[in-house]
Amino acid sequence: MHEYSLREYLGLNEIVGPLFIIRNIHNVGYNEVVEVMDNEGRSRFGITLEVGKGYAVVQVLGGTGGMSLNNCKVRFKETPLMIGVSEEMLGRVFDGLGNPLDGMPKPAYDEQLDVNGMPINPTARDYPKNIIETGLSSIDVMNTLVRGQKLPIFSGSGLPHDMIAAQIARQARVKNESFCVVFAAMGVKYDTARFFIKSFEESGVLDRVSLFLSLADAPSIERLLTPKLALTCAEYLAFKKGMHVLVIMTDMSNYCEALRELSTVRGEIPARKGYPGYLYSDLASIYERAGMIKGVPGSITQLPILTMPNDDITHPIPDLTGYITEGQIVLERELYSRGVYPPIAGLPSLSRLMKDNIGKGMTREDHPALASQLFAAYAHVKDIRALASIIGEEELTPLDLKYLKFGDEFEKRLLTQNYHERRTVEEGLDLGWDIISILPREELIRIKEEELAKHYRKRDET
Amino acid sequence: MSSIAGKIYRVVGPVVEAEEAVSLRMLDMVEVGEDHLIGEVVRIKADRAFIQVYEDTTSLKAGDFIYTQGTPLYVELGPGLLGNIYDGIQRPLEIIKEREGFYIQKGVHIEALDRKKKWRFLPRRKAGDNLRSGEQIGEVQETDLIMHKILIPPAISGSLKWLAPEGDYSLLEKIAVVTKGGVDIDIFMYQRWPVRKSRPYGERLTVNEPLITGQRVIDTLFPVAKGGCVAIPGGFGTGKTVVQHQIAKWSDAEVVIFVGCGERGNEMTDVLLNFPKLIDPRTGRPLSERTIFIANTSNMPVAAREASIYTGITMAEYYRDMGYNVALMADSTSRWAEALRELSGRLEEMPLEEGFPAYLPSRLAEFYERAGRVRTLGGENGSITIIASVSPPGGDFSEPVTSHTKRFIRCFWALDRDLANARHYPSIGWIESYSEYLDDIKRWWQDKVSAQWLESRYIIMELLQKEQKLLQVVKLVGPEVLPQTQRLILETCYIFKNAFLQQNAFDKVDTYSSAKKQLLMLKAIITFYQAGEVIVKKGISVNEIKVLPVCHELMRMKTDYTEDDLDRLEKMPEKVAEALKELDF
Repeated sequence: MHEYSLREYLGLNEIVGPLFIIRNIHNVGYNEVVEVMDNEGRSRFGITLEVGKGYAVVQVLGGTGGMSLNNCKVRFKETPLMIGVSEEMLGRVFDGLGNPLDGMPKPAYDEQLDVNGMPINPTARDYPKNIIETGLSSIDVMNTLVRGQKLPIFSGSGLPHDMIAAQIARQARVKNESFCVVFAAMGVKYDTARFFIKSFEESGVLDRVSLFLSLADAPSIERLLTPKLALTCAEYLAFKKGMHVLVIMTDMSNYCEALRELSTVRGEIPARKGYPGYLYSDLASIYERAGMIKGVPGSITQLPILTMPNDDITHPIPDLTGYITEGQIVLERELYSRGVYPPIAGLPSLSRLMKDNIGKGMTREDHPALASQLFAAYAHVKDIRALASIIGEEELTPLDLKYLKFGDEFEKRLLTQNYHERRTVEEGLDLGWDIISILPREELIRIKEEELAKHYRKRDET
Repeated sequence: MSSIAGKIYRVVGPVVEAEEAVSLRMLDMVEVGEDHLIGEVVRIKADRAFIQVYEDTTSLKAGDFIYTQGTPLYVELGPGLLGNIYDGIQRPLEIIKEREGFYIQKGVHIEALDRKKKWRFLPRRKAGDNLRSGEQIGEVQETDLIMHKILIPPAISGSLKWLAPEGDYSLLEKIAVVTKGGVDIDIFMYQRWPVRKSRPYGERLTVNEPLITGQRVIDTLFPVAKGGCVAIPGGFGTGKTVVQHQIAKWSDAEVVIFVGCGERGNEMTDVLLNFPKLIDPRTGRPLSERTIFIANTSNMPVAAREASIYTGITMAEYYRDMGYNVALMADSTSRWAEALRELSGRLEEMPLEEGFPAYLPSRLAEFYERAGRVRTLGGENGSITIIASVSPPGGDFSEPVTSHTKRFIRCFWALDRDLANARHYPSIGWIESYSEYLDDIKRWWQDKVSAQWLESRYIIMELLQKEQKLLQVVKLVGPEVLPQTQRLILETCYIFKNAFLQQNAFDKVDTYSSAKKQLLMLKAIITFYQAGEVIVKKGISVNEIKVLPVCHELMRMKTDYTEDDLDRLEKMPEKVAEALKELDF
């Protein structure tokens, strides 16, 4: 942080939850840094949430525990919150406020950047291109991830979203270019953080990862800052150092809850389920920091993870997220309980940027039509399963039975993959052809004749 | 130019409360603080004025000055708008990028229209003419596609004292002088207009012509008229934006205003990169030559998002006044309504349903009423069609923005989650969607394409409705037990849905279907049903019909026949009828 010789105020007027109000002050800017020092010499940082004539409302990032109205000295730093960034941040572990957790000194920084970031001019953006091969066919074939995309994982408690994220971070490849991961954990348990660190260590990628951990026992308000720090670091690595950065943020639900908590303490008018009306804009200020810029080599790809309360996809958190991000990977409890890993739901999952980045010259010529046909056929499987559960499988037509077989193989062979298995896009596509060929050729109306001639496989009728 | 009009009393997010601000009027445009951030007065209470600020308010302090020029928030209208990319308050984003780099900085003041560029002005009147307001005095070839008519601004009329001869002029050079009551008024090629006030017109006309979009489900089943209003509601991932893009690309409006209001940055980039490359099939020129882009993405300041809709519609009115058919695409009005809600919350107003302010319906009504087909002041016919997407939370159409919007529009394209999940695009559901413009435009179809359109449309809609009921039965007992006539309905609808309603926006041929192609395709499918009905009654089973090669052909006609093959497509109904008849032997 900057060193200033600044005015110092003694005594507060009110403390409510993570906020305090201080009066008889002047010349304090909105959304600027405040340092609070208690009589034990402990220093905490805060940000002004509201400023007015002679007063300010400050949110304390370290929590207000132990503060009283007259044991604190307050300094206004006259600057938005900045973080020092450098390439040395890779391979390091920080807490949710950016202090080292790994016992080593603070890394030297090249630059100080405003953690709030600034909106990228839409005319300066480049359209995301080039896929990131994750090695998971359910993503690569069905919901392709693209550099510069933001693709969240919608999960539920007890589902293996952490494993999937760790597997992607470990397996992801971009061709011949420098790649790194920035990891932000908000309000996750120590075990989860440990799992990620261990997984990065084991696969030998830890020196390409920068971790920001705001664990469950840290003050909830700290979580509001953690993704901003992580993204500021990512922006530096991507747009100043030309790296392709994958930002994994878990769990965004905890972030939103901290925002709701703060909003409630401030007595703001809630919109849906008690979340503030500006939740959409606030989430956008995080997610929209993904992207690519014309003429700049790096990129930021985001993989936010959120657990849907009660598995409800219409809950404001997944709902608003889905409106901002370019698709979503939805995990399905029913698949997981049948032993399918990764349990990526076939139908509600979607990658919006896939269409422009697959096909000839990008993945493989047959990819678009095959993926579309797999989707359509799998959607039909769901209908037939519903029908079979009423009238029984015996009553189904031979064609319907073929669809059922297709559905089973789709789930057991294409979706299912070992935690340590890395499949290329080509391998995934070949597998897809093998499975789709269970269906009669006439059923495959989304695939052109030439492609069918090339790839459709004759099967022995069983 | 600007004078001090008050001091900051309080800052909460995008709202600033000013004190000692008695000189400010409602909706005055102000500049806030040392960086001169742009804002607008939205409430006045005693000596306090509440200002919504269109830029990030970080670092503003109590005591900072507020400045004003005493004008409302306005846009500049003149040659140079087309092909340009603006933010929500008409700041040119490309010039900002050149000056400031790839992030948008605060406190940037750049004129919306280039003052240096010279335009070739062609006079169309002569000195001594008496001019009513809104009349044309000359023109400028703004792009190869659009002739920009220079109009007398709405409040001005009188006799034309002087008109510039043909030549190259910049926007700063006067091109005419109008005298009224002995006072000379200088006329320039551009004018200013307050965004929250609709531009006047002569009289309102009824709508009578469809906006042909080239999208089959729209033009054939749920058409919108030029001058109409349509809402596209749909949950995330249902394809609202692709529908918007398709219409912006292919519709036969002469000018398109594309307002990206609180949506994704990458989507806007997609539009900005693609439009200059896309060639208008009718004119052979890049589509960006007829389009104005307003980009206020979700991470840009929320107050400017609120203004962006008005900025767009004011520009639309300006081109309408030249006698053009304008389409305004707003993606998405829910984000605009949310901006309204956020600002209302910061102003501590009493909230109603889901936190939205009580004036949400009246604001929506004001906006949609600015669409329509009119006779302009200058005596031409022009129209504005509004195509607005709505993003209902959780895909629930009963939420306030969707339900209030429905009161002010006459055409509704409901996007269906199940269709989208099955990758049936455009996922416009045929049960919930409607269009009230059918009668207004049937005349056009009769004159330009065929008298059979409306009748065919009703036949197929009836089949789709029957299918809906049959599918309920099928869900319970399977299709095998249905009588053959009903199986035929299912089969026909299956073909219709796959061969006609589904349209691939990313396929070169399929992305656009002319009205004629649409009708021929529809006719072929209806023939299939009618001829099928005859033979099914004679004991032929649907399973036998299904395997005919002609069914396969029906399925592929959307991509097999280009716009140049329509003569061949014309024979399709006959071919279908014969193939089915042969089964009977």
